[in-house]
Amino acid sequence: MSEKRSKHIIIPCSGIGKGVGTVARRATYIVTDEILPRETETTCLPLLTIEDKEAVEKVRTNPCITIDGCIAQCAKKNVEYHRGNLKAAINVLDVLKQNAGLKPGTVLDIGPDGEKLANKIADTIAKIIGDTN
Amino acid sequence: MKITSRKIGLISCSGEDLPEGTISRVATRRILEQRDDTVTICLPLFLAGGQGERDFAKENPCITVDGCEKMCAAVGVKKYGGVTPRSSIVVSEIVGRLKWPKPTSKSKIAAEDEELVRKTMKIIDERIKIVKEGKD
Repeated sequence: MSEKRSKHIIIPCSGIGKGVGTVARRATYIVTDEILPRETETTCLPLLTIEDKEAVEKVRTNPCITIDGCIAQCAKKNVEYHRGNLKAAINVLDVLKQNAGLKPGTVLDIGPDGEKLANKIADTIAKIIGDTN
Repeated sequence: MKITSRKIGLISCSGEDLPEGTISRVATRRILEQRDDTVTICLPLFLAGGQGERDFAKENPCITVDGCEKMCAAVGVKKYGGVTPRSSIVVSEIVGRLKWPKPTSKSKIAAEDEELVRKTMKIIDERIKIVKEGKD
């Protein structure tokens, strides 16, 4: 019987007020649906906010990578609050600083630059997971 | 009580792990962009933020828009704001009530799910009217 390997849990903030929140969400789906579907999954961040037991257990027993859109760092802080296994925390604003030419669009349409940013973040996460494994 | 000055708080779960969360997020955001009598807050800020964020639900009569029966947004308003949402909408209940196919994509609004987004928006609009008129 093969041992079940833990999956990396990718958790975006999904901020509804700014385009960078959608960039975080999009980057998550690029990782979980396209690049590393077998090694990763996501969970609903609001479940952590309401202290759902199953979600809390998941972030404690699997390595987590958070993606935040703003300085409030909701995803990181929610995981830390529950003493989750936080492997890495990415902030879209830091990636924006490194790619000053990219201007993400709106919450509902992040546009081509937002897509590029999301892909850069997704690549960074894939590298982190590759280095971990 | 009829509401004349305060804005209506719309709080979406935006759940990442289910398509209904994406429906709740997009429908809520579209309403926010259409109406200047609404305001929002990111739900995870209730835990990550301070008292100011937690007072949001006390300062604004809230309508929650949740994707599933766990109702994170409604529970969050009660847990952190100490108040009951004036109205609670659940996308999975809309799907069940209308006997529509469940939405399938988390990452985008599929063409076949546009109607569900529009229906959810219509319900949000109706609930805003009810709350503003104090008929809830």
